[in-house]
Amino acid sequence: MSESYNRGLIEDFGRWREFAPGMWAWILHKFTGWILIGYLFTHIAVLSNALGAAGNEAKIAAGEDIYTTTLQGLEGLFLIRVLEVGLLAVAVFHILNGVRLLMIDLGIGLEAQDKSFYISLVVTAAITVASVPTFMTGVGA
Amino acid sequence: MSTQQEQPTDADDAGTGQADDAADAGPSPQDRRMDKKADRRIERERAAGATDADAETVHLKVFRYDPEVEGKQEPRFDDFHVPFEKGMTVLDALIYARDEFDPSLTFRHSCRQAVCGSDAFFVNGRQRLGCQTQISDLDGPVRVEPLPHQDVVKDLVVDMEHFYEQMHAVEPYFQEEDLPDGDLEEQYQTRENREKVKMSTRCIWCGACMSSCNIAAGDNEYLGPAAINKAYRFAMDDREGEELKEHRLRIMEQEHGVWRCQTQFSCTEVCPKDIPLTEHIQELKREAVKKNLKFW
Ligand code: HEM
Ligand code: SF4
Ligand code: FES
Repeated sequence: MSESYNRGLIEDFGRWREFAPGMWAWILHKFTGWILIGYLFTHIAVLSNALGAAGNEAKIAAGEDIYTTTLQGLEGLFLIRVLEVGLLAVAVFHILNGVRLLMIDLGIGLEAQDKSFYISLVVTAAITVASVPTFMTGVGA
Repeated sequence: MSTQQEQPTDADDAGTGQADDAADAGPSPQDRRMDKKADRRIERERAAGATDADAETVHLKVFRYDPEVEGKQEPRFDDFHVPFEKGMTVLDALIYARDEFDPSLTFRHSCRQAVCGSDAFFVNGRQRLGCQTQISDLDGPVRVEPLPHQDVVKDLVVDMEHFYEQMHAVEPYFQEEDLPDGDLEEQYQTRENREKVKMSTRCIWCGACMSSCNIAAGDNEYLGPAAINKAYRFAMDDREGEELKEHRLRIMEQEHGVWRCQTQFSCTEVCPKDIPLTEHIQELKREAVKKNLKFW
């Protein structure tokens, strides 16, 4: 066999020009899955570090313990509220597309895999938009 | 400029002789010839521009690379402007470019009717059979590259050896030993069973699916969609007994078998024979699980 040439960038970018729905779904699923993992650990870190007042009944009753102040502080931030909406979007898409993938694993509706992906997107968008009023109440923007 | 060199130039050259018949005073015959030539060039360029717009010529951008010729070792794209004809396929255009413009342009082809599987290329960002792809269905310029994720031997020719190895790894042949007694007795398959394996039998070993799969790109040992589909074709064939089916499933459930598939559907998307590859892979996954599940 004659020596052959590694096409380098031509190979890598050439491959990524025409994305089909199934590929988008796959990429978004990876992406959202890892965001959720990232959130999970951040969540655990924030909460476990905010438990300092455990046992101090007086402070807790007065609402001055670290836990309460930390969370109230965070929830008072506009950025945090926006991130929460984003987290919901990510979680909803991951769940819906996850159900789609489970259906695919069971061999149900494989010929409609592109449609079910689009439906996941639309439903995610709808739920996200509908959640905005709830997430954004009482935050001084 | 390359446009002009590559256009067939017969009509223009034939006219050149008439320019120098009357040699009277004034500008020399040569000057007049040059003037006329310039006029014609402008004319021609205008015509070329117009026909491009009318899609009368096809603008091909073809990947070129030849490790054996110095100066061609650096990959590049060559432009060809091929006269369009109704019904022209990408393969037709490549053949024209090779026959009329550059005989060194190298690509595989044989049947020209989507049965031999030798001309899978990466056309406008997607794996397609050259002979099955109408130019009129594509946006210009038509960009033709060798299949991604396979080594390029020369121009559009890729090394298929690895693909064939994966195909052979699944033992793509009928191996039932329990044959009917009579010498001339046929081995029947029910209509339903034939229907079940019908699509999977259509594979032409073109390698488009393997090239489109980015799992296969990352894991060289992954059997790939075509090989798994081959295994499906035999595992689902009732004429092979249970034992053989188990044997085939054991090959499928290896580390680099069906479980590598992440249902991206790229292979199903590009298969020129419309084989539902993902569906077949998923079915083999379920068969493999069922074989291993024991409720006792
Ligand atoms: C009802 C909720 C959920 C469903 C239905 C679901 C479903 C799935 C499915 C089916 C897969 C496999 C994808 C594949 O076959 O390629 C997957 C992957 C994954 N999920 Fe979820 N999931 C859910 C919740 C979560 C949560 C809460 C997290 C994070 C804390 C998460 C993180 C991930 C990660 C990291 C992956 C792997 C992505 C990769 O392949 O790299 N999922 N999920
Ligand atoms: S399964 Fe389809 S794409 Fe893959 S080699 Fe066979 S014919 Fe080509
Ligand atoms: S030339 Fe045979 S498949 Fe295209």
